[in-house]
Amino acid sequence: MGILEVAGFSKHFGGLWAVKNFSFELTEGEILGIIGPNGAGKTTLFNLLTGFYRPDTGRAVYKGENITGLRPHELCKRGIVRTFQITQPFANLTVLENVEIGAYNRIPSSHQAKQEALRILGTLELSEMQNELASVLPIGHRKNLELARALATQPEVILLDEVVAGLNTKEVDDMLEQIKGVQKEGITIIMIEHVMKAVMSLSDRIIVIHYGEKIAEGVPEEISKDAKVIEAYLGEEYAFAARE
Amino acid sequence: MSNSIQRTRNICVIVAVGIFLIILPHLIDDYFVHIATTIFFFGYLSMAWNILGGYAGQFSFGHAAFFGIGAFTSSLLQVHAGVNPWIGMLLAGIAGMLMGLFIGSLSFRFGLRGAYFALTMLAFAEMLRLIAVQVCTVRYPLGINIPIKGNSLLYFQFSSKVPYYYIMLFMMAGALYLTYIIERKKLGSYFKAIRENEDAAQSLGINLFNYKLLAMAISSFLTAMGGTFYAQYYLIIDEEAAFGVAGSIEILLGSIIGGAGTVLGPLLGAGVLECLSEFTRNVLGGYSGVHLMVYGAILIVVIVFLPSGILGGLKMAFGKLTKKGSRDLWVF
Amino acid sequence: MTIPSLSLLLQSIVNGILMGGVYSLVAIGLSLIFGVMNIINFAHGSFMMLGMFTTYWIYVLLGIDPYLSLLFSIPVLFVIGLVIERFLIAYILDAPEYNQLLLTLGVSLFIENLALFLWSPNFRTFEIPYLSKAVTVGTLTMSLPKLIAFLFAVILTVILYYFLKSTDLGKAIRAVSEEKEGSLTVGINLRRIYYLAFGIGAACVGAAGTLTAPFFYVSPQVGSVFVILAFVIVVLGGMGNFIGAFFGGLIVGLAESVGAAFIPGQLKQFIIYFIFVFVLLFKPAGLFGKAHE
Repeated sequence: MGILEVAGFSKHFGGLWAVKNFSFELTEGEILGIIGPNGAGKTTLFNLLTGFYRPDTGRAVYKGENITGLRPHELCKRGIVRTFQITQPFANLTVLENVEIGAYNRIPSSHQAKQEALRILGTLELSEMQNELASVLPIGHRKNLELARALATQPEVILLDEVVAGLNTKEVDDMLEQIKGVQKEGITIIMIEHVMKAVMSLSDRIIVIHYGEKIAEGVPEEISKDAKVIEAYLGEEYAFAARE
Repeated sequence: MSNSIQRTRNICVIVAVGIFLIILPHLIDDYFVHIATTIFFFGYLSMAWNILGGYAGQFSFGHAAFFGIGAFTSSLLQVHAGVNPWIGMLLAGIAGMLMGLFIGSLSFRFGLRGAYFALTMLAFAEMLRLIAVQVCTVRYPLGINIPIKGNSLLYFQFSSKVPYYYIMLFMMAGALYLTYIIERKKLGSYFKAIRENEDAAQSLGINLFNYKLLAMAISSFLTAMGGTFYAQYYLIIDEEAAFGVAGSIEILLGSIIGGAGTVLGPLLGAGVLECLSEFTRNVLGGYSGVHLMVYGAILIVVIVFLPSGILGGLKMAFGKLTKKGSRDLWVF
Repeated sequence: MTIPSLSLLLQSIVNGILMGGVYSLVAIGLSLIFGVMNIINFAHGSFMMLGMFTTYWIYVLLGIDPYLSLLFSIPVLFVIGLVIERFLIAYILDAPEYNQLLLTLGVSLFIENLALFLWSPNFRTFEIPYLSKAVTVGTLTMSLPKLIAFLFAVILTVILYYFLKSTDLGKAIRAVSEEKEGSLTVGINLRRIYYLAFGIGAACVGAAGTLTAPFFYVSPQVGSVFVILAFVIVVLGGMGNFIGAFFGGLIVGLAESVGAAFIPGQLKQFIIYFIFVFVLLFKPAGLFGKAHE
């Protein structure tokens, strides 16, 4: 039994099914990658998993509790947190304050929250920028801030939404190291990614989504050879990092 | 500068200012006592507005709704049931808070934001004003008169302006302290998170509805009590003074001009506006709306050149000269 | 609450439609500005007031018939709108929504109170004989100025409609309103469209002022009455929706007039505010419009 079980998630908009009968189990401590061509439904799935959308059908059970339809803040209280593909910092607040707000999820004291925030900033090499406004950060640091803020909530499951998108090669490598570090702390990770190198090298397992449905599930080597997956990606500008 | 030296410096400044403000009314004559009281009064109201508008980011264009409810509640209770105005003030605050919770529940439940929320507040204030007009037209054509009890602390009425000054000084200082505490603690950070980015705030565990409602409750409670003070100060309250649009605008202007979402901004803004208003009145005389013209001009200038208000502008200028983070300069 | 007679009800329906035509013109200007620039123009009511005063002063100083002064008030308000856009609104187009609202609030405060200062709060009216005439159709009477106002308002609305639909400039304005990024790529000069749209919006409501002045009172405070009305109509019809604003105007005119037949005095305004809040809470995209986010 996995830490998170999703059964039959479906969501439609107008007449279109964005996600259809999607089911999977998340094993505690793993890194699960979710890949798929553009428009495959990854974002909708993410929004469903993180409470931004309500599923039309389906159930989600987290650690034995039915969490279907819970709002984002309720999920966060239970230990499920997300980052955003386009970073969503609190622009007019300092880097430190951004992370403190995450810390307040579990820590009511402002003094302790500040200490915890400083500690996390340290691990993500953002200490020097603690008093800068979040709006002035370049993209690499912004992504780190997004991660730092989410980690401050003391999650058990973290959902990363294209966390290496827009980063240069070195920044991607650094971020991958960070994510490995997060896994070492015992946090389970689901990551949506387009950057094949990242998701193939990091994931313990991968799920492939296409037209809103799960078309493949398995370890990275299996996925890269799966005929259905290759077909889904044909015509797209993707190179499988595993093959290079 | 180390933290404890800073803190000592700050406390000394506060104590010095406090002592000055306490002895001030004995140094100046009645007219200036009235000015100072009015500055504290609008500063207090602006600070109340600031909790919901500046910190939680929900700009209300209709705070007169709460002000009016407060003034009418305590006044009507006093006139009809002989309720002591101090108790009336507390009840006024509760009444205002209930109205705030009502309006807030509807608005926030249905996701009203931004300009739509601002205008909805205005609509509610106007609806209340129209109801007040109906109430007043027959029984109180010139407004509700507070029964004269002479100089009496018990009945919240004084023949001199000085006791009013002290009461409003106290209320203003209380609101200032409350804002300061909120700013430093989890509550203030959560309010600011909501203001800055609701999606991110939600994903970090913040219950948007509850916290917006909390901000509204605090804001409306304080504003309503301000209404009682006004009624006791002028000993008369009519529907225009209580619920009029001009009132809503004056309440929000303090924070906008001085700096929304800061501790001292609203008070600073109220001070600037009140001085300008008096100056205009003395120079241009005439109609009671004249100071609003100046307010309009100031508002335009501030929005175009100093969108974060006076304090925001100072912070930027200061930030360019020194390299301090915003937390270090306690005053802001 | 009183139950009116059938003839009174019919009369109020007619009056409602007549006023509705004028309200539509007011709302269309506001809707245009919002549709093109995403600005909620709080100063809209003060523009109408300026339109009224332009008409009044031209009548008093030059003796020109109020309806003829449309030839003045339309260009005057167009220029005023243009100037305000170029020198004020242009600077806050990228500012947070609240700041935009506050700026237009500031403009309205300034204009209204300047008018108060210059012209005093006294109500002014036109003492022209033919304005108190009425047209009778069966049992229904229509006051002549209201009828003329309705006719002119509809004519102006139709002219504006064809302008937007058929002329190059009109199409450019509609393009910007629907797809800002796209219209940039086809070379539309955004700056120019903005100040023209603002000017046209102001001209519409200025014209509405001219048309209303003969039967309404002229006073600096008149603007605030109409600006809320305009907001209600625009919200009802869908922000940025031309047709919605037109029918919204008729609906609100009817609601106000018929409501007044049932409910005494000032409370009819209550209905307007109630509709406003109701629509915002439950159907923010309006009866006709799609949400303009």
